[in-house]
Amino acid sequence: MIQQPFRAPSGGAINRSKPLNFKFNGKPYTGYQGDTLASALLANGVKLVGRSFKYHRPRGIMTAGVEEPNALVQLRTGNRTEPNIRCTQVELFDGLEATSQNCWPSVDFDVNALNNLLSPLFPAGFYNKTFMWPAGWWMKYEHRIRKIAGLGVAPTEPDPDRYAKRFAHCEVLVVGGGPAGLMAALSASKSGARTLLIDDNVILGGALRDSTETLNGESAMVWVTAIKQQLVQMENVRILTRTTAFGYYDDNLLLACERVGDHLPPLEPSQSRQPRQRIWWIRANQVVLATGSIERPIVFGNNDLPGVMLSSAVRSYARQHGVRCGDKAVVMTNNDSAYHTIAALIESGGKVLAIVDSRSTGPGKAALDIANQHEVEVITRAVVVNANGGKYTRKGLASVDVNSYANGEIGNESRTIECDLLAVSGGWNPTVHLFSQSQGKLRYDDKLACFVPHASVRPQVLAGSINGEFATRNCLIEGANAGRLAAEKAGFVPREFVPLPTCDKIMEKPIEACWVIPVAKGRKFKPAAKQFIDFQNDVTSSDVALAYREGYQSVEHLKRYTTLGMGTDQGRTSNVNGLAMMAQLSGRSIPEVGATTFRPPFSAISMGAIASNETGENFMPLRRTPMHEWHLENGATMVNVGAWQRAQCYQRPGETMMEAIYREGRHVREKVGIVDVSTLGTIALRGRDVAEFLNRVYINKWMKLPVGKVRYGLMLREDGHVADDGTTTRISENEYYMTTTTASAGPVMSHLEFYAQTVWPELNLHITSITDQWGGMALAGPDSRKVLEKAVDASDVSNDSIGFMGYQEATIDGYPVRIFRITFSGELAYEIHVSSDYALSVWEAFMRVGKEFDITPYGTEALSMLRIEKGHIVGGELDGRTTAADFYLGCQSFKGSGTEPHGIKKDGHNRVMRSTKGSNMSEAGFGGMQKTGEDFIGKRALDRPGMVCDSRKTLVGLISENGKEIKRGSQLIEKLGDTPPVKMLGHVSSKYYSANLQQHIGLGLLERGEQWMGKTIYAASPLTDTYVPVKVVHHVFIDPEGALARG
Amino acid sequence: MLLINCPHCGDRAQTEFTYRGDATVQRPDPATASQAQWLDYIYFRDNPCGPHIEWWQHSAGCRQWIKVKRNVQTHEMLGSADATGEIADEIEEAPA
Ligand SMILES: [Zn+2]
Repeated sequence: MIQQPFRAPSGGAINRSKPLNFKFNGKPYTGYQGDTLASALLANGVKLVGRSFKYHRPRGIMTAGVEEPNALVQLRTGNRTEPNIRCTQVELFDGLEATSQNCWPSVDFDVNALNNLLSPLFPAGFYNKTFMWPAGWWMKYEHRIRKIAGLGVAPTEPDPDRYAKRFAHCEVLVVGGGPAGLMAALSASKSGARTLLIDDNVILGGALRDSTETLNGESAMVWVTAIKQQLVQMENVRILTRTTAFGYYDDNLLLACERVGDHLPPLEPSQSRQPRQRIWWIRANQVVLATGSIERPIVFGNNDLPGVMLSSAVRSYARQHGVRCGDKAVVMTNNDSAYHTIAALIESGGKVLAIVDSRSTGPGKAALDIANQHEVEVITRAVVVNANGGKYTRKGLASVDVNSYANGEIGNESRTIECDLLAVSGGWNPTVHLFSQSQGKLRYDDKLACFVPHASVRPQVLAGSINGEFATRNCLIEGANAGRLAAEKAGFVPREFVPLPTCDKIMEKPIEACWVIPVAKGRKFKPAAKQFIDFQNDVTSSDVALAYREGYQSVEHLKRYTTLGMGTDQGRTSNVNGLAMMAQLSGRSIPEVGATTFRPPFSAISMGAIASNETGENFMPLRRTPMHEWHLENGATMVNVGAWQRAQCYQRPGETMMEAIYREGRHVREKVGIVDVSTLGTIALRGRDVAEFLNRVYINKWMKLPVGKVRYGLMLREDGHVADDGTTTRISENEYYMTTTTASAGPVMSHLEFYAQTVWPELNLHITSITDQWGGMALAGPDSRKVLEKAVDASDVSNDSIGFMGYQEATIDGYPVRIFRITFSGELAYEIHVSSDYALSVWEAFMRVGKEFDITPYGTEALSMLRIEKGHIVGGELDGRTTAADFYLGCQSFKGSGTEPHGIKKDGHNRVMRSTKGSNMSEAGFGGMQKTGEDFIGKRALDRPGMVCDSRKTLVGLISENGKEIKRGSQLIEKLGDTPPVKMLGHVSSKYYSANLQQHIGLGLLERGEQWMGKTIYAASPLTDTYVPVKVVHHVFIDPEGALARG
Repeated sequence: MLLINCPHCGDRAQTEFTYRGDATVQRPDPATASQAQWLDYIYFRDNPCGPHIEWWQHSAGCRQWIKVKRNVQTHEMLGSADATGEIADEIEEAPA
């Protein structure tokens, strides 16, 4: 067997000394370094690469680039497999494996090709029309249909490859490395502006790579190499090849995907530090769009047969890869560009039988010269009406029917030419996708028969064939001007002009639009052959006609009804043809039908690249406390709390997690425990107006807080609901130290800054977040003072020296610490805060001196249990719907102690919960006299009817009456057995098994909670089918008098 | 992604900022405002189609709250100012 029978012995940008082995559909082949999968398949004579989406018709490679609608493959295997990959863009590497998609059992024999015969069942809109009815059946059909009309298969295992993300900033970003882009990059860079040139391909040059033209009297690629050399040597230039700019966003931010390692055999991440792909976030002052243009086909019967290709693709495979796409070729065109294909084909060893030119004027002189030079018959005023498969080439092209053609009608003259390749050019569509994404407006140009950019919205300059400028010389001039202009707009002065290469001057005859060839009728063409407009989605000219007849005539309706242009190729080869046909049918002009809107991404981007390195442990920043390692070394189970990692509990050998938690919770109330509270938000406030500021942001009063005292405070939002709670300590005359809950540290900081900077800018204060700079730990339990006394260096920490809600500075092992006499558990407790650098040392000091008192570390679970036992509110209660009064207003003790928030009316309410002389830690913090009339955030919203009405939900305690666990998220209902819907009286906001009370307890928010005091209701969790009778009690379960904390 | 001009730091990417909302809303005087005025302040916001002045905090930068004038229809940036500053009106270009 001949290796690579369609490869020319020389020519092309491939390395014949570097053969590469690959497999397609399990069969081994050989290609060369520099091949794409497509060029290697063509070199091996593989014409059939896939089946079409709907009809399962055999399909081959049609293009040589990003516009490829047919040749989609499943690339690689296992956890690296990727579906819907255009084999025209896959660089060959040794060991590559690819398979056809959408065919079963094989691409050569596809059972579902029956669909082709049943195609009357699959008209446009067939999903909606046929299979959605009757309604219930859809569920049965859907699975089958999706399987028949499927594309590739997604991998089911995690992607093993590495991806990266990188930012770049430049004055001038040039997208596209063709003649215009190269000139633009060079002339912009001469001004000193930071210039970034990105190109989708491996080799710079754009259309010059396939061109037979000369520059400076030499092959165009010699000039390209020289320009690249110049650019590479400049310090202010960066060139990225294999990089697709796929998104154009606000303020000139462009995203591009660089295929760093896709052309290499995959390596395990451990073997290579190189990412597979890298996403670039590029912010450019000016963008030069030199994105070129994409050839479009002409629509005729059976135009999807393998062997029908774009003319530019045939040229590209011949010139770049030394591959001839067929032995006997016919070229069909409506413009001069396709005449260059003749030369390229003959160079690569093919024969050209005829060129069929639809134009009334025929070709330009230079074009005609090429045909004559190679003795190729030129058939003008003619078109191909049908492509035919043959007996022995069942799945490929065998002949074409050529008819005379004038004024959009086919004439009577007809002949058939036997051939195995038809190269088609229907003209060129400027690649306006990025321009369109940047909100640029398009205009239809009748002379050029394409949409061209009309008006830019963003700081950008356009150059080359994106403007519909197809002559090389003019692209070079436009590029040079665009680069200079962009640099100037970015504030740089070009210091030298870039010389223009001498260039062939080709006088071209203009294009004559030719879109969809009228369906050939007559005995010879029965039944009428399918004319494909959108190859990927199998949309035919009769589908567009149906859409027209059924009234789906606007571009957006046409698109959605027929799925035209909705495939992974985004209709690059089909959109304009579809529009043109609709225009013809409806007697409108193409711009009247409209242009489609292009959205990012320009071409498909892998999910891995989008996620880049922000996956797994890098998904979000991880915050660790200074004691993190200690926790790990001492058996802690860590839990994520927001971005923080906290110790959940410290299991001892032979202990279950719950046993550890209960032990820790009991130990705190019996002896002494220590918990890491470094995650609490800490904020430093300094300035002479801090007290006034605190007075306005907390609901309680702050003007008279003495130095050395801690106060508990509640913050409201401006709508009156509770935002957060915490403590603030007066460290010195003008220095305060605030703590917030772990979760609210960020929002509270921002909230304070907003009011300080924008609402009360006249107040003199500075606010600084110091959460990261301070570590903290709480010592809690009856023996906590003994431990503290032992730990501090010669300081008096007796009850007289540091009383309840007192503050004192001291040193421990020489490290300066801040001691706060506050408690969240209700026990005698201290919080010790210390610079993060020393926090671990202080923690270890406590462990050392606490040993004789049997000190034990406890985690967040025991912490939760203890605070619920004490009725202390946290996240479950502070859910953004609760008011301060919902927690405190009804408590008699609260009223009696005069510690209610200032400004809240307390008279006229019957919201007394029950009489208790105690208070919890929260209440204890409110000190001093009530002041009415003073402003604070949220105050004005408090007397709205909904905030003061009697039926609000208030904080209650709940005790399980049957010893069963109260389920998280349970609703509180009056009784069981009622027919739903049942009135929900409230809900369980927190729950735990109290190891100290040996009961399942919870906190809840209950409508008119005070009226249910002592009664039994039910905590209903239908989700877990659990209904627990609960007794409603006061929310402070342990030590309601607060004697422990004060002792 | 927008490019926002922080008066303190210069042009910075949107990801460094946190959005808050309408910067033309003023907190009424709590001593004199009617309940209706107050509810208006808490809850009601205009939704203009075009230029709008918004609060943004340079949260991953200088932490300052700034006013940004932005065309919310086109995303065009029309100026920015300090929290207490005013954004200069666009200067109408005189016809040539
Ligand atoms: Zn800033």
